[in-house]
Amino acid sequence: MTTQRLKFYQVGSFAVGNRLAAPDQRTVQARPDRANALTSGHRACRGCGEALGARFVQDAAARAAEGRLISVNATGCLEVFSTPFPETAWQVPWIHSLFGNAPSVASGVAYALRAKGDTRTRVLGQGGDGGTVDIGFASLSGMFERNDDVLFVCYDNQGYMNTGVQRSGATPPAARTATTPALGPTPGNPFGQGKDAPRIAAAHRIPYVATATIADLHDLEDKVAAAMALHGARYLHVLVPCPLGWGSASAETVKLARLAVDTALFPLYEARGGEVTAVTRLRRQPVPVEQYLRPQKRYRHLFEPGIDTATLDRIQLIADANIAEYGLAPEEGS
Amino acid sequence: MCEQIEGSQAMARVVAACRPDVVCAYPISPQTHIVEALAAMVRAGRPGRAQFVNVESEMAALSVAIGASATGARAYTATASQGLLYMAEALYNAAGLGLPIVMTVANRAIGAPINIWNDHSDSISQRDSGWIQLYALDNQHAADLHPVAFRLAEEVSLPVMVCVDGFVLTHAVEPVDLAEQAQVDAFLPPFAPRQVLDPDDPITIGAMVGPEAFTEVRFLAHENAKRALDRLPVLAADYAAIVGRTVPAIVDSYRSEDAEMLVIAMGSVVGTLKDAVDELRDDGADVGALGLVAYRPFPFETIRAAAAGRSRVIVLERAQPAGSTGVVGAEVRSALPGGPPVHSVVAGLGGRPVTRSSLKTVITAAQRGELPELSFMDLDTGLVEAARSAT
Repeated sequence: MTTQRLKFYQVGSFAVGNRLAAPDQRTVQARPDRANALTSGHRACRGCGEALGARFVQDAAARAAEGRLISVNATGCLEVFSTPFPETAWQVPWIHSLFGNAPSVASGVAYALRAKGDTRTRVLGQGGDGGTVDIGFASLSGMFERNDDVLFVCYDNQGYMNTGVQRSGATPPAARTATTPALGPTPGNPFGQGKDAPRIAAAHRIPYVATATIADLHDLEDKVAAAMALHGARYLHVLVPCPLGWGSASAETVKLARLAVDTALFPLYEARGGEVTAVTRLRRQPVPVEQYLRPQKRYRHLFEPGIDTATLDRIQLIADANIAEYGLAPEEGS
Repeated sequence: MCEQIEGSQAMARVVAACRPDVVCAYPISPQTHIVEALAAMVRAGRPGRAQFVNVESEMAALSVAIGASATGARAYTATASQGLLYMAEALYNAAGLGLPIVMTVANRAIGAPINIWNDHSDSISQRDSGWIQLYALDNQHAADLHPVAFRLAEEVSLPVMVCVDGFVLTHAVEPVDLAEQAQVDAFLPPFAPRQVLDPDDPITIGAMVGPEAFTEVRFLAHENAKRALDRLPVLAADYAAIVGRTVPAIVDSYRSEDAEMLVIAMGSVVGTLKDAVDELRDDGADVGALGLVAYRPFPFETIRAAAAGRSRVIVLERAQPAGSTGVVGAEVRSALPGGPPVHSVVAGLGGRPVTRSSLKTVITAAQRGELPELSFMDLDTGLVEAARSAT
């Protein structure tokens, strides 16, 4: 169900305030009865994309589950900043076990509910890209192939940010991390590596897969709602910029997520039963990737001391390929 | 009812009678027959709404059990050897979270070299994981330990491993008196979790704990484990009263009350050891046997009392850490400060049979004062020399 486009938006950002939207189109966050699952006072960095994404995902899922939601968290930033004993930011029942087993733990919760005859309570698993696409990948794939009744959400900030910005299987080409330094003849993360986790998820032919970002929170909530309307294994891959790891200004987190979409480096789509069923086309002509890369210090070596046009061109080719593969080109007249 | 039955089938039947809600497993020899039998029983609708989950690894097996247990389900899994090591990270986690999961370990050696046969190097390697570890003496004992394990686990909120010698017990057919469902029900009440993931009463499980409280968490875990040691014989006695047979829970003492020399062992080899003791006693030797059932928590006081006044203690070690001394022997020794000499005899590694005659040879050597502090039973010195000269 992607989303009927909102008619009102502020020129330039495409963002829209709830006050401009019809009541039924307002976000869960605009409602006084929201679950407030991840409440304020936690210890995330200023401008943390994951905290924003997790709050919207949790509350949208909790609304869909009529408040009966159990959350399972992989080790990572989200777990660390939300639960420094004796404090907790979680207002839903929440468990953290290990880094690489969150999908399995979530499956266990789902089987326990089934054994107890509880058909109302729903299960949400969540983790960062390291916990999802790397160390937890076997666990995730097992949960998918059994079609366990779990929605798993990956908050992808493209690296191991909690441990100090190391490279993950979701780190994009040329990005500097602590383990892919901006040194040598090919600085940053190599080209031709990494996993396309949402497509691999879809290849399990599970009921629902979607990508989203924290730049369009209406779209994010809608996709959570679409996932929660189904049972079985579901997967949501949410791009969440990380000011620390990306070397970006805290105030630019949402803007960078939007540029990732507008450059076509992060395509937005849904896949049901293994087939891509809906794609969010670009609203305007694609933004050159340079505009997305330049504000991020992890790409500084592409611009200083001289501009590395060859590498910029390679990254542009990735965006162009996404436009062609997913049919992202804007409609005529946009 | 007494049946001629394979050990794995007997254990599976008793586990089913414990009414688990979630059973999850990844196959590994020699655990397979247990979980195959449970899969069949769950498919046949027994017990109740139980869920059987085929997972992609042992790490997932225990992780599913963790999620299920935290949601208030009685959770069970089984593994062995490499599988136990593959779930090692989750073992510590389940214990740290205080989740009363019961797991059968069909004890098997760890490779390399790969070896599917029995010794205790798998469960011994996880002795510090925070799990209670009980070692079955025979298949009757293996069957009886499972209801006791569930009750103990749920009472003290700790996971329990029931360690059962792979093949030697899991695949052996012998008479087992299987408890009736009503007997198990009379002993094991429905699981009443201490903490549970419940939308009506949300709690956070698995928070991060820093230096200001971590030591206290570990101290309380230690105290709780000691409490398990107090509760274990009480619960085993309760179950024994219901089923009408004894269920050794801490130790199984055999002709040791007046013995000058005590031989301590864990697992099925205790049966062979009792036969050896009988024969040696017939020959006039003053020796007794002590089967160690509860290895974690370690029953220091029981060992101290059992070894008081002996002139010598032998410990059969079913695992050997290279470059150190016998694992069980070291703890027995620490239980007996100023006590008799303790000899570690490494025996039965990777499935090598521990025979009565070899036991008698070792015990006789000890009597003569000729047994070193650490020795390897039945070591094939020719093979060792051949391997040395080949390198």
